[in-house]
Amino acid sequence: MTTTALNPAAQTDEASRPPTRLRVTNLRVGFAKGGHERRVVHGLSFELAAGECVAIVGESGSGKSVSARTLVGLTGAGATVEADELSLDDEDLRGFTDRDWRRVRGSKVGFVLQDALVSLDPLRPVGKEIGEALRLHGWGDRASRRAKVLELLDSVGVPSAANRARQRPDELSGGLRQRALIASALALDPGVVVADEPTTALDVTVQAQVLDLLEETKRRGKAIILISHDLSVVARLADRILVMQGGHIVEDGPAQQVLTAPRHEYTRSLIAAVPGTHTRGRLLGSQVPPVVSVPPRPATPEAEYAGPLLEATDLVKRFRSPDGSVHTAVDQVSFTLERGETLGVVGESGSGKSTTARIALALTEADGGSVRLLGQEWTSLPERRRRRLRREISVVYQDPLSSFDPRWDVQRILEDAISSTDLPSRAARRERVAELLALVGLTPAVLGRSPLTLSGGQRQRVAIARALAPWPSVVVLDEAVSSLDVSMQAQILDLLVTLQAELGLSYLFISHDLGVISHLADRVLVMKDGVVVERGTVDDIFARPQHDYTRELIGALHPLNTTPTTEG
Amino acid sequence: MTAIAPSTTPQVPPSDTATSTTPPRTRRVTRLRWSVALAVGVLAFFALAAIAPGLLATHAPTALDLTSSLRPPGVDHWFGTDESGRDLYSRVVFGTRESLSIGLGAAAVSLGLALVLGSLAALAGRFVSGSVNRLVEILFAFPTLLFALLLVAILGPSATTQIIAVGVGSAPGYARIVRGQILAARQSGYVEAATALGHPRGLILRQHIIPNAVRPLVAIFTLCVGQSIVWASSLSFLGLGVAPPSSEWGALLDAGRSYVTHAPWLIVIPGLVIVVLALAATTIGKDIQARLESGDE
Repeated sequence: MTTTALNPAAQTDEASRPPTRLRVTNLRVGFAKGGHERRVVHGLSFELAAGECVAIVGESGSGKSVSARTLVGLTGAGATVEADELSLDDEDLRGFTDRDWRRVRGSKVGFVLQDALVSLDPLRPVGKEIGEALRLHGWGDRASRRAKVLELLDSVGVPSAANRARQRPDELSGGLRQRALIASALALDPGVVVADEPTTALDVTVQAQVLDLLEETKRRGKAIILISHDLSVVARLADRILVMQGGHIVEDGPAQQVLTAPRHEYTRSLIAAVPGTHTRGRLLGSQVPPVVSVPPRPATPEAEYAGPLLEATDLVKRFRSPDGSVHTAVDQVSFTLERGETLGVVGESGSGKSTTARIALALTEADGGSVRLLGQEWTSLPERRRRRLRREISVVYQDPLSSFDPRWDVQRILEDAISSTDLPSRAARRERVAELLALVGLTPAVLGRSPLTLSGGQRQRVAIARALAPWPSVVVLDEAVSSLDVSMQAQILDLLVTLQAELGLSYLFISHDLGVISHLADRVLVMKDGVVVERGTVDDIFARPQHDYTRELIGALHPLNTTPTTEG
Repeated sequence: MTAIAPSTTPQVPPSDTATSTTPPRTRRVTRLRWSVALAVGVLAFFALAAIAPGLLATHAPTALDLTSSLRPPGVDHWFGTDESGRDLYSRVVFGTRESLSIGLGAAAVSLGLALVLGSLAALAGRFVSGSVNRLVEILFAFPTLLFALLLVAILGPSATTQIIAVGVGSAPGYARIVRGQILAARQSGYVEAATALGHPRGLILRQHIIPNAVRPLVAIFTLCVGQSIVWASSLSFLGLGVAPPSSEWGALLDAGRSYVTHAPWLIVIPGLVIVVLALAATTIGKDIQARLESGDE
């Protein structure tokens, strides 16, 4: 058992306990809808002291975000908030008006949201945005505010703050944006900071930087409420963890105890769902995906082909920026993919991994090099001649919703993916649709529904079913589990592993998440700035990384991803 | 944030933000706002007037009664009478068919032309699309009314000319919208997904690009009808539309112009009728647009 990364501050002596900032007892939140109230938070209780971090963990829909928003007075219209006690610095927050909240928000409790690109005004330089928070609370004069903004940006580790302050959010990288957002939350030196999924959309190394920043903030005596679905994020920062499920707190305890000796089954399943090297070869979820009789693939020469399914040689792709400069997104990338194996391509955003995938799919023309599919010419052919082979390689995207025609229901989406030359009769196609649904663990009830009305996990299952419809040999999974929460991600990963075993599929698995890659890839390419910096088997990469960048990536991984802390 | 249910179970858990997981049953319940209900009522009235004006009119539209000329609106004559004693309300009712046909016709011409120009601009080769784009830009530079006047000058005033003039005059704006829609659909994830499935270009065009590009045009069409009626009436008012004996609303405005000081209702009422119809069409168009955007059909 490894406990090194868990915070030792959890054992703070009761006697020297710092002042309590926030007291929440039996908080209940409900939303009135269609005449009746639907309660989404049932009795949340905790205390938060200065220099302490309480994490609320749970899957999407567990009520954790609503709880967070309630603590900053942004529960939303139509919400009813009740609590036996709800106080911030001994001031009762119950019955606070919007006006009261505006006074407190920012000055006493700061709020950091998930996506800095959405939360920051796109038309305003970030320095102005932060200065605005100061101005609204009547802080200092113009010159002193400007100095304070630079000091804040500097303190959250934004390099050359004076220049950055003049840039708009879209001119900053994801990490810098998130730092700017944290700086604006800290601007008025609030005692409590509520961070709602502060690292979810970020690359691993950037995520590590933001967590370091939050840790530093904590050390400086701030009390932090961290909302996340990702236990490996929470483990770094939290002193106390509350596990939320369906609006109820199912477990509550010191971080170390919750992570290493969880008492509730749900907590155990959340921990077991974190993918990593130690989870290889076993299922992440507690429920085994249904084993269905696999429909035989029609015998074709392609189905029998034994050579490498994909052979990419010296792929190059350049993009011309609006200012005329040329940016090489993919530089001399080569790889092969054998039947039945998973090739993981890992890298941060902008590393060229998705472009590589698109070239392999022949959806983007390469400027150099070529890809052969099942030993045949592929990317070098004109699209008309590629169509025959298209069925052999399919794709699942990160955002399934945008890959579905908004006018279509699930039935139509799946039927459309089944070739009418394979199955000429409508009845046979319908049967195949039912087969595909069973394969991905969906019930026929979803057939008539629009993907809009499905959950994220269900949408991704539909996308997988569509990808499998033409009996492909290769499936390209482009960040296919990246926007799912840990529990749902575990289910989809289990499904992918099961399908691979049953159908003998080969996966080209693109991800920024090393935990996921180490869980299911056989071989790994590590990409940085368009170049493959390291390649090897998953054991080589994770046990004996050669390149500094790979080491950095792996160093950013939490022990939860590499060592089993518990056996669920 | 997307709320996620255990995907094999049909029930949906409460979502963090209560946005995306509302079950389909409650999605169907759409509030009928009073303004939309009113607009539907107004359109129904005018539709009936266009189909069977005799049912709604209180007098014969051309019945002269010189003893009661230029009467203000009252019990006998709801909208008053004109200089020859003709009942203005009945004339408005009998003029509906012509006004509406010109509006609908012009909107159809406009959108038809826009569809052709927009598709060419978005889908044709570089030379053709470039030329079409320039043409649209040049047409765009002319004020609609000025362009319509030019066409009337060339073709001579008549209802058909009005339809063509207004239709062609307002087409460039809509052509831009069509082009934008097609380009957006062409770059969408679902078109890429269809390409990845190996669907041929023609099928993707028919199946995804055209329907998704045309969908918002349903709403735009109703907006366009309202606008066309206003443009067409302007032409009639300038004496460049339907000839005076007709009671097309623009012509009524034109005829009432000479009596604006003695009998202002002759010009105020037809004007109001045009405004009310255009408003009703626009309200419904906006409502359809809102429904389409929210994903309801």
